[in-house]
Amino acid sequence: MSVLNVTRKRRRGRRGEQPMVPDAEFSSYYGKPVINSPVWSVPDVPGYLFLGGLAGLSSLLAAGSDLTGRDALGKVGKLGAFGAGVLSLVGLVHDLGRPMRFLHMLRVLKVTSPMSVGSWLLSGYVPLAGVAAATTVTGRLPRIGALATAGSALLGPAVAAYTATLLSDTAVPAWHDGYREMPFVFVGSGATAAGGLGLLAAPIAQMSPARNLALLGVGLELAMFRRMRTRLGMVAEAYDTGKAAKYVKAGQALSALGAVGAVVGRRNRIACALSGVALLAASAATRWGVFHAGMISSEDPKYTVVPQRERIRKRRGDKEF
Amino acid sequence: MARLTEKTVDPASEAGYVDHPRRMGFFTDTSVCIGCKACEVACKEWNAIPEDSGPLTGMSYDNTAGLGANTWRHVAFIEQRKPMAYQEPGVDHRDIDGLALAEQGFSVSEAAEEFRWLMASDVCKHCTHAACLDVCPTGSLFRTEFGTVVVQEDICNGCGYCVPACPYGVIDRRADDGRAWKCTLCYDRLGVGQEPACAKACPTESIQFGPLDELRERAARRVEQLRADGVTDARLYGADPDDGVGGDGAFFLLLDEPEVYGLPPDPVVTTRDLSAMWRRAGAAALLAVAGAVAAFALGGSR
Amino acid sequence: MPSLGTSFGRGGATTFQQDLQNSDCIVIEGSNMAECHPVGFQWVMEAKAKGATVIHVDPRFTRTSALADLHVPLRAGSDIVFLGGIINHVLSEEKYFRDYVLHYTNAATILTEEYRDTEDLDGVFSGLDTEERAYDFHTWQYDGTEMRAASGERDQQYADQTRGGETVRQSARGEAHGSGGAEVGNPVRDETLTHERCVFQVLKRHFARYTAEMVEQICGIPRDTFARVCDALTANSGRDRTSAFVYSVGWTQHTVGAQYIRTASILQALLGNIGRPGGGILALRGHASIQGSTDIPTLFNLLPGYIPMPHARSNTDLDSFVAAESTHKGYWANTRSYLVSLLKAYWGEAATEENDFCFDYLPRLTGSHSTYETVLTQIAGDCEGYFLMGENPAVGSANAKLQRLGMANLKWLVVRDLSLIESATWWRDGPETETGEIRTEDNATEVFFLPAAAHTEKDGSFTNTQRMLQWHHQAVEPPGDARSDLWFTFHLGRRIRQKLADSTNDLDRPILDLAWAYPTKGEIDEPDADAVLAEINGWDANGIPLSSYEQLKTDGSTACGCWIYCGVYAGGVNQAARRKPGGEQNWVAGEWGWAWPANRRILYNRASADLDGKPWSERKALVWWDAEQGRWTGHDVADFVADKSPHYRPDDDARGPRALSGIDPFIMQGDGKAWLFVPAGLTDGPLPAHYEPQDSPFRNLLYRQQRNPVREVTQFVHPDNRLQPSGDEPGSKVFPYVATTYRLTEHHTAGGMSRWLPYLVELQPEFFCEVSPELAAERGLKHIGWATIVSARAAIEARVLVTERMTPLIVQGRRLLQIGLPYHWGPNGYSVGDAANELASVSLDPNSHIQEVKALACDIRPGRRPRGPDRVALVRDYQRRAGITERTGTEM
Ligand SMILES: Nc1nc2c(c(=O)[nH]1)N[C@H]1C(S)=C(S)[C@@H](COP(=O)(O)OP(=O)(O)OC[C@H]3O[C@@H](n4cnc5c(=O)[nH]c(N)nc54)[C@H](O)[C@@H]3O)O[C@H]1N2
Ligand SMILES: Nc1nc2c(c(=O)[nH]1)N[C@H]1C(S)=C(S)[C@@H](COP(=O)(O)OP(=O)(O)OC[C@H]3O[C@@H](n4cnc5c(=O)[nH]c(N)nc54)[C@H](O)[C@@H]3O)O[C@H]1N2
Ligand code: SF4
Ligand code: SF4
Ligand code: SF4
Ligand code: SF4
Ligand code: SF4
Ligand SMILES: [Mo]
Repeated sequence: MSVLNVTRKRRRGRRGEQPMVPDAEFSSYYGKPVINSPVWSVPDVPGYLFLGGLAGLSSLLAAGSDLTGRDALGKVGKLGAFGAGVLSLVGLVHDLGRPMRFLHMLRVLKVTSPMSVGSWLLSGYVPLAGVAAATTVTGRLPRIGALATAGSALLGPAVAAYTATLLSDTAVPAWHDGYREMPFVFVGSGATAAGGLGLLAAPIAQMSPARNLALLGVGLELAMFRRMRTRLGMVAEAYDTGKAAKYVKAGQALSALGAVGAVVGRRNRIACALSGVALLAASAATRWGVFHAGMISSEDPKYTVVPQRERIRKRRGDKEF
Repeated sequence: MARLTEKTVDPASEAGYVDHPRRMGFFTDTSVCIGCKACEVACKEWNAIPEDSGPLTGMSYDNTAGLGANTWRHVAFIEQRKPMAYQEPGVDHRDIDGLALAEQGFSVSEAAEEFRWLMASDVCKHCTHAACLDVCPTGSLFRTEFGTVVVQEDICNGCGYCVPACPYGVIDRRADDGRAWKCTLCYDRLGVGQEPACAKACPTESIQFGPLDELRERAARRVEQLRADGVTDARLYGADPDDGVGGDGAFFLLLDEPEVYGLPPDPVVTTRDLSAMWRRAGAAALLAVAGAVAAFALGGSR
Repeated sequence: MPSLGTSFGRGGATTFQQDLQNSDCIVIEGSNMAECHPVGFQWVMEAKAKGATVIHVDPRFTRTSALADLHVPLRAGSDIVFLGGIINHVLSEEKYFRDYVLHYTNAATILTEEYRDTEDLDGVFSGLDTEERAYDFHTWQYDGTEMRAASGERDQQYADQTRGGETVRQSARGEAHGSGGAEVGNPVRDETLTHERCVFQVLKRHFARYTAEMVEQICGIPRDTFARVCDALTANSGRDRTSAFVYSVGWTQHTVGAQYIRTASILQALLGNIGRPGGGILALRGHASIQGSTDIPTLFNLLPGYIPMPHARSNTDLDSFVAAESTHKGYWANTRSYLVSLLKAYWGEAATEENDFCFDYLPRLTGSHSTYETVLTQIAGDCEGYFLMGENPAVGSANAKLQRLGMANLKWLVVRDLSLIESATWWRDGPETETGEIRTEDNATEVFFLPAAAHTEKDGSFTNTQRMLQWHHQAVEPPGDARSDLWFTFHLGRRIRQKLADSTNDLDRPILDLAWAYPTKGEIDEPDADAVLAEINGWDANGIPLSSYEQLKTDGSTACGCWIYCGVYAGGVNQAARRKPGGEQNWVAGEWGWAWPANRRILYNRASADLDGKPWSERKALVWWDAEQGRWTGHDVADFVADKSPHYRPDDDARGPRALSGIDPFIMQGDGKAWLFVPAGLTDGPLPAHYEPQDSPFRNLLYRQQRNPVREVTQFVHPDNRLQPSGDEPGSKVFPYVATTYRLTEHHTAGGMSRWLPYLVELQPEFFCEVSPELAAERGLKHIGWATIVSARAAIEARVLVTERMTPLIVQGRRLLQIGLPYHWGPNGYSVGDAANELASVSLDPNSHIQEVKALACDIRPGRRPRGPDRVALVRDYQRRAGITERTGTEM
């Protein structure tokens, strides 16, 4: 393989280095990325991922609470779901290059576009969550409230899960190649967040489903994250690099902390609240981590070139490289 | 979604056009590119693309660095310590004395000859399975009757989804106007029977425009000829309808590995895996419901 | 080019770009064709696709090298050794095309006994006047007859023919890129080529020392690379195969530039490659119509059609001028008809037989008035006003500072340009305002800037590199006050004539008597460019357009603005506007535009056929004798008297074209032959000899004579034009590197047309120097950092581009590192940078008066240059370290 022209110049505008810095592993064009990095910004998009998970799972929590008569937890869930849903929409619109053209999202429905699917989902989900929230707050129209709650609980899991598809359905190696596990990580992370919100805001008496949800979420998220990394192979490095590594590590630490706190401090309102905050932060950190890992993997051509080369080699059955 | 995994021969029919013109595309033969950048300038002039000046990059003679919202044609320059692609004179001259040396091909013993400068003009591939188009939520990106992929600037809302979806790093969002831009394969010129501006400007016919099937045949002959003449590095890129994107509408003859030119060696349209992604997402959503049920069922101390 | 003119008869490229597709081997040397003539380069690619071998000989690995089969890096300024080495190889290995050489060149001609070669005089030729620093070429003549140059310096004989005129020599009459004619008696020939004084034997002796070893030592080209070039070239020349040479300013911009081209001319003549398809010497010209501006010249020493400008002291009247300038044989025998028709075009009715057709009205030369001499007269205060129309000398001319100092001493300056170029703004923001050498408030030059219309905004023609006129039609109106140069010139003349209308002063007659009635059109009274073309073409007494210069008369019944263009308006049709697509005609494409002479595309194409008029080979057929019809026929218009049989032999007293035989393809030459040896017309020798560039880190290994003895330097001695020590001279090590200057595809010349265009600027945004990794290491230069380059004239700064395209060479056992400097930058526009021309000295080729900007000894150091007065101080410091005085480098 050629070892030329591999300087580490990333983005347009910055200056390259000596033209002939050798790199033993792969060739690239002056170290420039092969694919264009997402133009999505922070906090809009990682926030959107986080809030979507929080909203979706909160709706489930709310519906369960209604069914099991946990009014307060239900209220937290509904308000949380609606708040997060609205904020996530705000994030989405804010990130558009032409926010005034937001409605163009609803010109068509394309299953090939997770963003299209998501837009339709959200535009169904957010009003439902809104009605659910409004009815609990005002206490009016309980039947419609119940229907809305059920409806949002039905759409909620989709809202939480689709954002993984949104990321995976790109050429960004750290996202695309993780498409098998990412929905589970995201759902787990959503559960962590929704549980965390319950721990933070619900009365201690009604808290246990939230705690359970959080613990299940933490478990799922951590397990699937580990699996994702194994499958990603060298691309997993992106999750151990720079900002991504910081967020991912923080997320895991906070998850563990929150989980332990939620269990150990379960009789203490403050401990519960603190655990809740930790879990919310953990969920957010995970999304931030995933987001940055994607950026890192798109900015360094090796994440594109090496796995693709590997793929070609495997296809050709050429083992002795 | 089944179409995503199938081999598509005719994307325009696919997109619902009946009686449409033949699929048009580019064959860029980089072995004759002289790096004059006439294509870059012609594209900018014709499409009134904003200027995009930066400082000297130090990347050989490439100062526009890559495709993007304001660079729809980009000429790459690669300086290599590799022998020049010496082409055997095709005319038979064995009867002439003294050409023995030239007949063997020039030896590569000298440092001066172990050097070559590759130039290649890159552009949107107008993929058969175009990820950008697939993921566009607004329908701004569409398939034309010529089988090309074009952004409608009055529809695009700048969601940016197409940007990371493209496996070649082609389409990009313009910072100041918020919309996504890329090569239109001069849709406006094609419509009135003209060839694209870049191809028109290219002095050496490095950029060849025409019906894709004809271009593919021509390219196959060219690569064969070059190889026969001793340019063993010559290879086609994006010409195979069985590749990860179903073949490129704009494909290339390269003299080195694609990644040397900044191209992905084995691009795959991301939506090829989309069914699997949706299934996974569905499973995860169901698991979420199950988890919630469990959370309530498990109960707890309080 | 005087070299092509003296070698073959006309100064233009002998072939056209499209014909390169027929070549079997193309040597591009002294030209970066792919970058500077990208559209024409497609024909090189076409040839390559057909199997031709493409060789690029250039100090740098360029975009042309990238597409070549072989790149041969060499030391800038050493091409004569390289080409001379090939000549030596061709002669000693007997690889020349004997039949061609014997009959179509002057190889068999015997020289006078007085002739002494560089072999005899250690590097100079006989006739060198060391006082005057000039050659008297009487000893270079053929035995038994005197030759007159077809083009080039014809002045020397002037004295002989007119008895008088000693300052004539300096006035560079009969310059450059001519279409010539020559004078001859009946020279003595030795058809066996063995006579020791025959040109062939002289050639052999002269080039014997140009060995492969010397090529290696002087050019830095390894012997096996050299052998490969020799093999490729000789194997691809002969009856059945042809090779072409392509050159441009990489050859001309040297103090021995004309002789570079001469060396290639000798080689191509020996190989039998002139006048044949796929052969020739393609001189690639520069600016879109630079060929046009030598045909209808912007040169001070020529009238249209290469008629020399008369001299004040010697050309007293029409008869003596014609006697001096015309010849007995060939087409220059008709000089009188060309000149009289020109005078009729200028002065119309006023020009009569009685008043010598107003010959007296023509301006006269009093010495050299080249652009560089003019600058010195500005500095001296003798030249007070200046028009700059389409030129940016503050960036584009060698030693740009000298140009600015000259302009700073003018009373008035008019700049007509598309953009506000440096030549119009030096007084407020030029480099000297920064160093304090020019103070805006003290400067008295009144500067007028007049916006010019670009070619898209006016009708007109370009005469391109292959002598072809192509018409362009106006596409849009010029914006605002912008006006075409035609408009400006016409209306300026009109107004001056109005002001002088009542004058009784005889001095004003030449202006008042001008035929100045051009039709105008439109709101701005734009003169009709078509009418100007019609005048250039000429008409007869009834105003009927002429179709050939053979119709021109000496009696004043015809008018013609430029005899070589006669026919461009034949039949009242603008032939230059013809655009029959290439696909609808053969590759010669005779119906696309119109080429001088007489729409012939390959010059001297009679040489493509053998003595009997049959093509040398079927594969290389171009024109041939059709015995049945009694005419020359073929793919191109024959460059020969159409019905002159190959078997025609002239009587002894035949005159003009009739004096040449049916086997004399070089019809502008007095003897009808290609000149391997040039008995007249070149100021610095009948044969090329290698001399080192003016400033060189090496001594001349071939002769004791270091530099071209008659190069033009002494007239340019000035504190801001100091020269450097060379070779072994003390102080030469202060400037150990060789820089060369050149162009990039992305920019144009002095930048007026590219540094203001954002789409071009983004492609090459900054001035840079190209250096090898070895040089970067040696001097601590950082990739895309800054470097300062210093000569005895200036210090400039540039970004550093470290690249392996710059190859270190081993020259005279020493490692030589070269520096590349594109010369497009200056302080104005979107993209700004120092001008490479600050570094160059004014040292000129004595034939063409072209500056040496292709081989400059210099120093390079990391970091930016000093600002303000410190910049000057740095240069002075270098001068001191190198021990430079007023006399350094001026030695003969
Ligand atoms: N894009 C573009 N095209 C142009 C122009 C432009 O500015 N930009 N300018 C036009 C004009 S005015 C002209 S005159 C032509 C000029 O056309 P070219 O002559 O091709 O232009 P240059 O780049 O000045 O020089 C040619 C080459 O000569 C090499 N060289 C330098 N010294 C030597 C030497 O001693 N020996 C040899 N063998 N080579 C040497 C340089 O490295 C360079 O590659 O181009 C015309 N075309
Ligand atoms: N160091 C170095 N110096 C060189 C050379 C080199 O190779 N190295 N090359 C030399 C050569 S070959 C050349 S040709 C010169 C070029 O040197 P210049 O001729 O001084 O440079 P240009 O930038 O071509 O200047 C032409 C100007 O004409 C203007 N112009 C264009 N069209 C029109 C028009 O229709 N009317 C009018 N009035 N103006 C117009 C343009 O805007 C431009 O400013 O440089 C020479 N100097
Ligand atoms: S190359 Fe990229 S931008 Fe072009 S059609 Fe394919 S996916 Fe879309
Ligand atoms: S940025 Fe525009 S073109 Fe790209 S996906 Fe979004 S709406 Fe479609
Ligand atoms: S086809 Fe048109 S839009 Fe595309 S690169 Fe060429 S000129 Fe630009
Ligand atoms: S115009 Fe043609 S030759 Fe020039 S850079 Fe573009 S592709 Fe290459
Ligand atoms: S700029 Fe004009 S003259 Fe020069 S190569 Fe291009 S088309 Fe030809
Ligand atoms: Mo030029």
